[in-house]
Amino acid sequence: MIRLTFSKFTKWNVLKKLIIQEIDDLIIGSIWIVAFMSFLVGGVVAIQTALNIDSPFLPGNLIGFATRQSVILEFAPTLISIIMAGKVGSFITSSIGTMRVTEQIDALEVMGINSFNYLIFPKIVSLLLYPFLITLAMFLGILGGYIASVYAGFSSSFDFIQGIQLDFKVFHVIYAYIKTTLFAFILATIPSYHGFFMKGGALEVGKASNISFVWTSIVIIVINFIVTQLLLA
Amino acid sequence: MIKVENISKSFDGIEIIKNISTVFDKGKTNLIIGQSGSGKTVFMKCLLGLLEVDYGNIFFENQKFDNEDVSKVLNLRKQMGMVFQGSALFDSMTVLENIIFPMKMFSNKSIDEMHDRAQEVIKRVDLKDADNKFPSEISGGMKKRVAIARAIVLNPKYLFCDEPNSGLDPKTAIIIDKLIQEITIEYGITTVINTHDMNSVMEIGDKIIFLVSGEKIWEGDSNQILKTKNSLVNDFVYSSEIMKRLKN
Repeated sequence: MIRLTFSKFTKWNVLKKLIIQEIDDLIIGSIWIVAFMSFLVGGVVAIQTALNIDSPFLPGNLIGFATRQSVILEFAPTLISIIMAGKVGSFITSSIGTMRVTEQIDALEVMGINSFNYLIFPKIVSLLLYPFLITLAMFLGILGGYIASVYAGFSSSFDFIQGIQLDFKVFHVIYAYIKTTLFAFILATIPSYHGFFMKGGALEVGKASNISFVWTSIVIIVINFIVTQLLLA
Repeated sequence: MIKVENISKSFDGIEIIKNISTVFDKGKTNLIIGQSGSGKTVFMKCLLGLLEVDYGNIFFENQKFDNEDVSKVLNLRKQMGMVFQGSALFDSMTVLENIIFPMKMFSNKSIDEMHDRAQEVIKRVDLKDADNKFPSEISGGMKKRVAIARAIVLNPKYLFCDEPNSGLDPKTAIIIDKLIQEITIEYGITTVINTHDMNSVMEIGDKIIFLVSGEKIWEGDSNQILKTKNSLVNDFVYSSEIMKRLKN
């Protein structure tokens, strides 16, 4: 599938419009949910940290530090990717699956169009912008943590900001983006595969979306483990 | 002209198409008939190369269809038009965009030229006031017209139709059949139609092949099919009360 996706390219002026459409569907269409979840989960991480370290012997900047580490290392790249496996992954599987069921993919093939390239390549390209979403998730997650801890009285603004600057390692951000890029590829390909090779009718489209979500999540978690082991351990 | 030589196709060890040979002539409406499950769709998918045959050969003019040679297959497919049973229009595109789509992919025409050609085929298939509608907003008969317009917009050499009048009322079904026949003659296309509709057989059957369990049992035209002594063909042809009364 991957080989065919990157061969026999569709005309560029057609492909260009498809890529823009996919960016709109997959990236722009996900901004709201990513922003909403990141902001609130960032807040919850900060509150949970504050409630569990209620000791005068621990520094006040620990809440900011823990929030930053949790959001950058795991929450933004991994948890958001699992959420996206549900949102974007199911969308990809069901849209391609419906095209399969209604013979639209056969119609492309009969016209002499490489349906793999036509349908999957624009999704892979558009998900190259996925790190943008994760950057947004990182920023809003930390902002949510700041607002929750400062305005709920768990930390002072100074302590929180000092905490997010404490022992900052650029490599942690690089590590997060390496994961993000791998997850973007997984998010584009596994759901496409399940949509493309599904058989049956409307019910099977639903089942394919379900299976695609499960497999995408599993692969993301396994890759997360391997990459963490390779880069941080 | 399409020449089929001893093709067979199996799924999970069960032979669905059994050693079929035939010739589909240019400018003729060639019908593949048979009961549901007789292998008509599999046979057509083999002709289109959507399924790879286990044995045998298919020749388009004198060019052998070889699934291994991807670029050759893609080039050959550019000369094919297909009308699917469910029309297979692209949901995300309007009627006009659906018709323009093959030109966008394979021609170097300007936008204006594409629109002119699209309007030409829209007029030819008698499709009114539907240009900017989406497939979900038009009737089954209109969808078939759009599918036919899309299939002929690049002047294909070969037109394949899988049950083109299924789900249509008898009057619209005949109009669609006639439209396909007229287009076949007008453009000199080799047309192959899958059907189990006896109206289509009688109206447009220049050549008919009859399949039973993936085997070609009979071959002839719409006049010969009424006179044949083949009991399997007779069972199929005279299965309805109307045909039985006509026979008597």
